[in-house]
Amino acid sequence: MAAASNATSLESAPRILRLVAECSRSRARAGELRLPHGPVATPVFMPVGTQATMKGITAEQLDALGCRICLGNTYHLGLRPGPELIQKAQGLHGFMNWPHNLLTDSGGFQMVSLVSLSEVTEEGVRFRSPYDGDETLLSPERSVEIQNALGSDIIMQLDDVVSSTVTGPRVEEAMYRSIRWLDRCIAAHRRQDKQNLFAIIQGGLDADLRAACLEEMTKRDVPGFAIGGLSGGESKDQFWRMVALSTSRLPKDKPRYLMGVGYATDLVVCVALGCDMFDCVFPTRTARFGSALVPTGNLQLKKKQFQKDFRPIDPKCACPTCQKHSRAFLHALLHSDNTAALHHLTVHNIAYQLQLMGALRASIMEKRFPEFVRDFMDTMYGDPTLYPTWATEALASVGISLT
Amino acid sequence: MKLSLTKVVNGCRLGKIKNLGKTGDRTMDIPGCLLYTKTGSAPHLTHHTLHSIHGVPAMAQLTLSSLAEYHEVLTEYKEGVGKFIGMPESLLYCSLHDPVSPCPAGYVTNKSVSVWGVGGRVEMTASKFMAIQQALQPDWFQCLSDGEASCAEASSIKRARKSVDRSLLFLDHCLRLQEESEVLQKSTIIGVIEGGDVMEERLRSARETAKRPVGGFLLDGFQGNPTTLDARLDLLSSVTAELPEDKPRLICGVSLPDEVLECIERGVDLFESFFPYQVTERGGALTFSFDYQPNPEQTLLQQNGTQEEKQYVDQSKKMKTASGNQEMTSFEINLKEKKYREDFDPLVRGCSCYCCKNHTRAYIHHLLVTNELLAGVLLMIHNFEHYFGFFHSIREALKSDRLAQLKELIRRQAS
Repeated sequence: MAAASNATSLESAPRILRLVAECSRSRARAGELRLPHGPVATPVFMPVGTQATMKGITAEQLDALGCRICLGNTYHLGLRPGPELIQKAQGLHGFMNWPHNLLTDSGGFQMVSLVSLSEVTEEGVRFRSPYDGDETLLSPERSVEIQNALGSDIIMQLDDVVSSTVTGPRVEEAMYRSIRWLDRCIAAHRRQDKQNLFAIIQGGLDADLRAACLEEMTKRDVPGFAIGGLSGGESKDQFWRMVALSTSRLPKDKPRYLMGVGYATDLVVCVALGCDMFDCVFPTRTARFGSALVPTGNLQLKKKQFQKDFRPIDPKCACPTCQKHSRAFLHALLHSDNTAALHHLTVHNIAYQLQLMGALRASIMEKRFPEFVRDFMDTMYGDPTLYPTWATEALASVGISLT
Repeated sequence: MKLSLTKVVNGCRLGKIKNLGKTGDRTMDIPGCLLYTKTGSAPHLTHHTLHSIHGVPAMAQLTLSSLAEYHEVLTEYKEGVGKFIGMPESLLYCSLHDPVSPCPAGYVTNKSVSVWGVGGRVEMTASKFMAIQQALQPDWFQCLSDGEASCAEASSIKRARKSVDRSLLFLDHCLRLQEESEVLQKSTIIGVIEGGDVMEERLRSARETAKRPVGGFLLDGFQGNPTTLDARLDLLSSVTAELPEDKPRLICGVSLPDEVLECIERGVDLFESFFPYQVTERGGALTFSFDYQPNPEQTLLQQNGTQEEKQYVDQSKKMKTASGNQEMTSFEINLKEKKYREDFDPLVRGCSCYCCKNHTRAYIHHLLVTNELLAGVLLMIHNFEHYFGFFHSIREALKSDRLAQLKELIRRQAS
């Protein structure tokens, strides 16, 4: 199967992103995604609901927070409960009763995170299920087939993922294979009218490889592009440069989805670098460890210092947790075995992320994005000498100075 | 507060408790139940999810065992536990212990009672106990009492007598302390009836406690496994016969539907709602019918499958202790079972709870199999709503003189 000749096998992909505003200094953009289950304002943070649930919060609570797109994992759902059952349940939307948009990843990342259980060949990834020991082959075709059954609004190509700390020929092999797998995914995709297939740019931390990948993949007329293979163990310095390189070569009129990024500073910087969509388990996972996200960092609410702190997590936060509860109560509840404590924090942390993205978007639309960035950094780090160097440099590279 | 009885039918009291709460304008229906909480929060539920439930009781039960160690925090907070936990609108009853966790015996003395929090044992003299209540400011609270006569397998007469003596001493001491506290004037002390399984002591406890200016009575020591309650029902009748009609009777540790009805017939007004929580913790959903006047076909449909599929549960099996990890009952279905994997029906057809209106058995099964937190949330919503609906049906049945039908319906499903 020749790679380049399949470039036109996908009919002209829909332009799902409508740009509404652009920062005149940096690469930041505000827009609106038009997806089968409704519009989504960008830049957007997508919470991760791995196994058809946003952990302890209901679909109604997630909707009430303003979330209009969240993630599901093909690897997990493909094993439990399996695509056939989900299809019987009217797709993933029907199964979990989520009325808004869903994005499913391909299962590729689990290759890295669960590497002891997997083996990669040109065919696909052979996994041994941790649940019943059964072997499954996740090929590009199979991944798309499962995602077609799930019915998510955005589906991801199966990519050959290597950890960002890996160097040498394996990185190049994975990059070229990802291109070939992209073409196989495009060919296998049965529901182009209902589901948007995104490509994933690979190439590790090697600028040449990444550039080569960008050149090839952008020849394929997919509705959107993800920047993959980052947000692993690499240095932030290398990270931002790869993001910047990618956004400089990706088409402006298609969404740029930076996978696995969710720390507040990273979101702000990468919006400046021209990314539109983000996902990360961090905010929801850290909630379940008792950590609440705030504009100055985070509060480890289990700690004794919060025992008699009768203020809400953030007096400026509009979420239900902050409207009703104090740090002191949450502290007490976190020390009990009542799971409600975790849910209160999950609600708040998702609200924090969505409120941050909303504020970023408003600042772009109101032509004060660089100012917003400066205020954000000041609030988060206080002293300019404490600003992370990588962030200062990354922002400077797109015309935003922090001094 | 004022308890008015609408009617008394075969020992069952139907009525209202009025003029409740700090502003004196709240009302509670009896027979009724209290919202079960752990550390001041309904299990698994935030304010949002709790209030999606229909029929949430006006009064919530807090447990001193989960809150005593926050005495200092609440004292500094000053505004009372209701506001602290984010339930300022709810009536609050503070019990000593958590009905789901049994009391480790051997820690009651003539001067003190102990509860166990996450940080360990909290020993309370009457003074400390009242100081904690002063910080909590609940609407009602169970008086400091000695409940250990019923903890052991067979309580001796001597132990039973001691439980009554001590509890009366604690009560008199607490009443004196209440007189001296302006804050506690607004809280009502609930006197505790003790006496183990010794009739004479039970009667003495009832008569003596009734002489004191308490706002209501807690019938302690009737909990246990189904056989022990059965053996204690006569005792219960005799006790309530000694109590004034115009004050509420609460019972602790009894929450199963059939047992609730037995106790209502013997003059009990208020119950704890921990049974739906226990069902939730084992991945179960309440499905028993309380629709005592349907067409017969509908009753069968609502139940758990066909007659052959219904599980037979040995009622005399002992309850597992510690985490309240009881055996499954025939009032529920176990969503972990494989047969629910592709069942796209709601938990209970016709149920109007958030879970049944939005989700399927298959989805709950998936959440349980994958160990997801949402399973507990959704099951708790359904189980509470179902249970509160049961109590509503008791009141309706009493109103229309159909309690016998309801009792028969529940009895049929209890085995």
